[in-house]
Amino acid sequence: MNPRMVSAPIACPDCDLLQRVPPLPPAGRARCTRCGCTLAKQLAHPRDLPLALTIAAAIIFVIANTTPLMGLSVVGRTASTTILGGAYEMWLQGEQLTGALVGFCAVLAPAGYLLFMLTLLLATRRSPAPQWVGEILRWAHHFQLWSMLEVMMLGILVALIKIAELATVDAGIGMFAVGALLLLFPAIMVNFDMRDIWERVEWADGDIATPGAPATPAVQPMP
Amino acid sequence: MNTATSTAAQAGLVACESCGLLSRPVNAALPGFCRRCGEALEFRRHRSIETTWALIIAAAICYIPANALPVLVTTTFGSPEDDTILGGVIYLYASGSWPLALIVLIASVMIPLGKLVALAYLLVSVQRGSVKSNRERTRLYRTVNLIGRWSMLDVFVATFTVALVQLQPLMSVTPGTGVLFFAAVVVLTMLAAESFDPRLIWDSASSRRARHD
Repeated sequence: MNPRMVSAPIACPDCDLLQRVPPLPPAGRARCTRCGCTLAKQLAHPRDLPLALTIAAAIIFVIANTTPLMGLSVVGRTASTTILGGAYEMWLQGEQLTGALVGFCAVLAPAGYLLFMLTLLLATRRSPAPQWVGEILRWAHHFQLWSMLEVMMLGILVALIKIAELATVDAGIGMFAVGALLLLFPAIMVNFDMRDIWERVEWADGDIATPGAPATPAVQPMP
Repeated sequence: MNTATSTAAQAGLVACESCGLLSRPVNAALPGFCRRCGEALEFRRHRSIETTWALIIAAAICYIPANALPVLVTTTFGSPEDDTILGGVIYLYASGSWPLALIVLIASVMIPLGKLVALAYLLVSVQRGSVKSNRERTRLYRTVNLIGRWSMLDVFVATFTVALVQLQPLMSVTPGTGVLFFAAVVVLTMLAAESFDPRLIWDSASSRRARHD
C-alpha cells in the first residue's frame, strides 16, 4: 500500500470528522478519534481470504438450501422442511407478504450477497477493476444488511423446542450446513475491506485510480 | 477538543456515502455525483429527520396489532387456539424453558420497543440541538443498527412452526394476521435506522463551536 494513499484525509462516516489515517500495522484498525467508528483496517490478504471463504460459503449454502433442515415424526406421521419450504408454506397459508419476506431474508439476501461478493472479488483480481464492480459492491452491502441467517437459526431452535413437546424432531443435514454458514458469513465480513476494493475500481468519470495518485484531488491540506 | 478538528461539511467537502471519497463541490446546493463511484452526493442524508420520523410512527402504529392479534393459530383435533407474541412467551415460560422465553421476550418485545424509543430519542435530541453525550448517542445509534435484525426472530419461529406442524387432521398450525404486522414493525424500524443520519448528532456541536471561534 502506498503511504500517500493511506494518509489522504477521510471523513468519518458516522460523525463527518476529517482526519488522516496513519499507516497501519498488519491486522491493525483505525478508529475515529471523536466517535470511535472503525475507519480503516489493514488486512494481510484483503481479497484472497474473503474469496476462499465466499467459495466455501457458496458451496455450503447450496447444501443448506437443498437438504431438509429437520424432520418431525408423531404417531407414524412424518414431515420435513427446507428453508424455502418454510417460506412457501407461509405463502400457502395466506401470509404471502410474510412468506416473501422470510424467503428474502433467509434465502435471497444471503444468496445475493454471496453471488455479488464472488463476482466482485473475482473482478478485482486485476487492477483497475471495471466500473461496474462499484455497483455490485453497493448491492452486496444492501443484501448483507437483510441477510438474517443467524436470526433464522435461533428462530428454528425456538420452534424446535416448542414442537419437541408434541413430536419427535430430528435435525437434518441442512441444519448443520446452516450452522457452518453462521461461522462463514461473519468470517467473510471481518476479512473483507470495502475501502481496498474502492481503491482498485476504475473511476466513474473515466480516470483510473492508479496507485500513488492522490485519492482526492479536490482536497486541500489540513489546517 | 483542539481547534484543528473540523468536519468535512465545515471544510466544504462531501464524503460519498457509498465509497467514502471526499469531493469539493463547486456549488454546495447541488453537490452532483461522486467522481469515483457515480453515486449522488449529499452533505447529509436527504430529509433524514422527516423520513425517520415517518417510518418510526408507522412502525409504532403497526406495533399495536402486532401484539394484539394472534401470530399463530393452533388447531388440535378441530379446536383452534390463538397465540399472541406475549402468549408465546408465557407458553415457553410455563413449559419450563425460561431461557428461551427470555430470548423471545427480548427479541420480540424489548428490541422493537427499545428501537422505537431509541430512535425517537435520537431524533428529538437532534432537533433540540443537543450537544451532550454525542459519543454515547452515536454508540446508541450503532447498537440500534446492529441488534435491530434480531426482532425478526418471532417471524422465523412462526414460519418454521407452521411449516413443520402440518399433521392434518391431528394437529395443524396456521399463521395469524399478527405476524404480518410484526414483520412490518421489523422492516419499518430497520428502514428507519437506515434513513437516520448519525452525523446530525455531531452537527450542532460543530456549529456551536464554529460560532464561538
